Amino acid sequence: MVRVKLWGSLRALADGEEWVEVEASNFKELLDALAEKHPGLAPQIKRGVSLALDGVIYREAWFTKIGPENEVILMPYMVGG
Amino acid sequence: MAFDAQAKRNFKVVGTRVTRPDGIDKVTGKAAYGADIAAPGMLYGRILRSPHAHARIVSIDTSAAEALAGVKAVVTGADLAQPDDEDFADVAINCLARDKVLYDGHAVAAVAAKSKSIAKQAIRLIKVDYEILPHVTDVDAAMQPDAPVVQEGRALETVPAGMSQNVTTHCQFGHGDLDAGFAKADKIIERSFKTAATHQGYIEPQACMASLGSDGRGEVWCCTQGQYMVRANCAAVLGVEESQLRITSSEIGGGFGGKTSTFIEPVALALSRKSGKPVKIVMTRDEVLKATGPTISSSMDIKIGMTKDGRITAARGELRYSGGAYPNGTVNMGAQAAFAAYDLEAVETVGWNAMTNRPKEIPYRAPGAPTAIYAVESVVDELCQELGLDPLDVRLMNAARKGTVSSYGPTFNDIGLVATLEAAKAHPHYTAPLGENQGRGLSCGFWFNFGGNTCVSLNINDDGTVGVVEGNPDIGGSRASISMMAAEELGVPYDKVRTVIADTSSLGFNDITDGSRVTFAVGLATIEAARAAIKEMCSRVAKIWDIDEDAVIWEDGCAKPAGPNAGTHPPMTLAEIAAIAGKTGGPIAGHHEVNADGAGVSFGVHLCDTEVDPETGATKILRYTVFQDAGKAVHPDYVEGQMQGGAVQGIGWALNEEYIYGEDGRLQNAGFLDYRVPVASDLPDIETVILEIPNPGHPYGVRGVGETPIVPPLAAISNAVSRAAGGRMTELPMSPPRLLKAMTG
Amino acid sequence: MKTIPVETTINGDSTEFLCHADESLLDVLRDRLGMTGSKEGCGTGDCGACSVMLNGRVVCSCLVLGVETQGAEIETIEGMANGEELHPLQRVFLEEAALQCGVCTPGILVAAKALLEKNPDPTDTEVRYWLAGNLCRCTGYDKIIKAVQTAAAEMRSA
Repeated sequence: MVRVKLWGSLRALADGEEWVEVEASNFKELLDALAEKHPGLAPQIKRGVSLALDGVIYREAWFTKIGPENEVILMPYMVGG
Repeated sequence: MAFDAQAKRNFKVVGTRVTRPDGIDKVTGKAAYGADIAAPGMLYGRILRSPHAHARIVSIDTSAAEALAGVKAVVTGADLAQPDDEDFADVAINCLARDKVLYDGHAVAAVAAKSKSIAKQAIRLIKVDYEILPHVTDVDAAMQPDAPVVQEGRALETVPAGMSQNVTTHCQFGHGDLDAGFAKADKIIERSFKTAATHQGYIEPQACMASLGSDGRGEVWCCTQGQYMVRANCAAVLGVEESQLRITSSEIGGGFGGKTSTFIEPVALALSRKSGKPVKIVMTRDEVLKATGPTISSSMDIKIGMTKDGRITAARGELRYSGGAYPNGTVNMGAQAAFAAYDLEAVETVGWNAMTNRPKEIPYRAPGAPTAIYAVESVVDELCQELGLDPLDVRLMNAARKGTVSSYGPTFNDIGLVATLEAAKAHPHYTAPLGENQGRGLSCGFWFNFGGNTCVSLNINDDGTVGVVEGNPDIGGSRASISMMAAEELGVPYDKVRTVIADTSSLGFNDITDGSRVTFAVGLATIEAARAAIKEMCSRVAKIWDIDEDAVIWEDGCAKPAGPNAGTHPPMTLAEIAAIAGKTGGPIAGHHEVNADGAGVSFGVHLCDTEVDPETGATKILRYTVFQDAGKAVHPDYVEGQMQGGAVQGIGWALNEEYIYGEDGRLQNAGFLDYRVPVASDLPDIETVILEIPNPGHPYGVRGVGETPIVPPLAAISNAVSRAAGGRMTELPMSPPRLLKAMTG
Repeated sequence: MKTIPVETTINGDSTEFLCHADESLLDVLRDRLGMTGSKEGCGTGDCGACSVMLNGRVVCSCLVLGVETQGAEIETIEGMANGEELHPLQRVFLEEAALQCGVCTPGILVAAKALLEKNPDPTDTEVRYWLAGNLCRCTGYDKIIKAVQTAAAEMRSA
């Protein structure tokens, strides 16, 4: 199981949970599992999310390995200037 | 790709101040920018723009324009495709409006004619019948439930029901128990702030030359931060295939984020398709200011609690941004960045975006961060003043560091904020005496920095030189830094490497030049491409020497026998290997394709001394010092240049620059005379102190540097002015009338 | 509209061109003579990217009509280097990284050269005020001012 932290405005779409636990070994599985468990998150996941893995931000990288020992934080997809 | 184990490597090229490869062309006037080319038979395009802030287009009659001698094509929104994808659809209706015009300056129709003056005359002959609608340009007004609605049905699912339809985005970040935190505070300050929209202010207006045949094949030459982005937008908006469009990025005369979108290229292509001729469009400055990317405008509330010895106990921010007439996510980044410099037990930021009848926001250096951090750093400074604390000591006491759970979620890795603050504290600027009407301000700044999709191809030429092909327009000297990293890795002199920017048909996809990603991500891909070429060269040499591939190492630009074979063969140089490549297996090249991750966040601290004139309200910047963690500074001159340039853009934002709208919803200052960017005589020297805390996510430790420097100036100057003027300033810009009013009441 | 013949000297070469009465010198240089080194940043005389010398004075060529230049001596960025030998200002701008995007650079070089011809030993403040009509959005001007001073010192000792 992987624990993933949702940012505040997503919590209302995930039964108010700040941390959500899903079965996943990489980002792709994590995103799929999140969207399945909490369909309210699906539109945001489809628009794009970044994921911070142990403090490093990944904008898109489906096959990055994650495990229970990692800190996984969901973030909005970022754009720059 | 992780930071090299050889952390203490002695760089030979990286870190030196070599001459940039595009320099001679740029000092002699030869460099070709967006507007600098012509094509045989070319027509001149010109765009008709809305004079109204908000109106329904009842009808457009182009017949008189079409009948004018010398006019070869007229197009309207009906000539563009209507993409299903929302982002592309927004690009399309922003290039040429369909049912409604959404802001003063919104493009409505365009003509192509044999000369500029005929084109100018022709757009005056286009008759547009408008039904004028009520408008809204202020973010707070736009959030009111009875506000005129800019677009319907655009709110995301995160926006609570019952709000104005202008509200499209709602976000919230943070952790901890705010009530408990505020209860522990000895002093709580809560203030509201407003900031005006500003423009990137690049000196080169958008310009393009485009050609599109009836077979769907096209070419575009344009100044852009991303040729692949232009290709995707043009393909979607014209309904043609990406493979059929070749986009070449010209030299680019500044962007700062402002050239990360598409305004004129699809219009020029549509005119070209209709006329059968190449069409050139060059925007005027008036058009640039009215219709291309300003920043968000903002309204913000910040509340921070502090103990009497300076520890922040809780912090909350509410940000209301308007990204103009379209849905916009910039507030997400502002809300995440707002408190990033602090190690906080309880923090919350809430963000809203509301649509207004203003042009579509386009990113500008660290989009979203400068305004949010301005408000936060202003309140921190006021708390320090009220509690009689040193503002640098307070920031050091509360600074985010390795292991801090950031205000936006992730736990920080190696970051350079404390080192940057300590450098500022040790600098003579911090303790220099101040005179009457003078004040000193400081502020921290932060940006995430990005990696992103990147392709690099590196060719070993038969004369022993090296060609690097990359796909990111060089906006501030990146060809130099990319060549330097290739030279470093290959062990050849810098002048043996030439880096060129590919068109979209010559190299795979690259993300736009944004987010301070190029030196990091293209650099990383270049190093990997060089390593691939080195591996191939070692393999060729192993065959020549008839030894194991693993027994050949690469050192100082040569293949050398290693291990038990050490010294058995004289080293072979890159040039020697290249000269016989045809005999050993063919041309040698390396390439690398990656969606780079591991960009390191960057912190900066700015110190600023100002003097205010109590009679006029004018502010003079007396002294300015920028401290920033750059990771490894590949070319220190251009790192300093980013720090200085960003600081001065921030100075403009703080003191003078603003979009001023009249009651009629029209932009009142669409020119450089009235939209006043800083000039040389406004400024002192901008001192720079580069700190080099390596980014663990890059083989040389590179971080991005381009965006962070625009973040701290807003608060650094506001804090300095507030201290000098004896009252807290809460609105930007602090133009002389506004400051005078604050000082005289 | 009828075109009007104009005879000028540009960068030492006698040059004839035809233009309309409403065409700016900048449009003539760029569109009719192919001299695109002078840039248009605003078209209203506010940014200085189109700076050229007209009879020994720095002007914004976007504010001068082509027909006004009959008999005039014009110098542009294209005439600043002597063949492959760069003017000291051009060389020092490169050596000291006084440009980033480079689009304001031609105008700034033309204006700075005019300053040093008039005042070979300016103070920093004089350089800053002289160049106040030339906008640069990339550099924050710091390295530009320093490069002008380096070139000035070099030219004084030459």
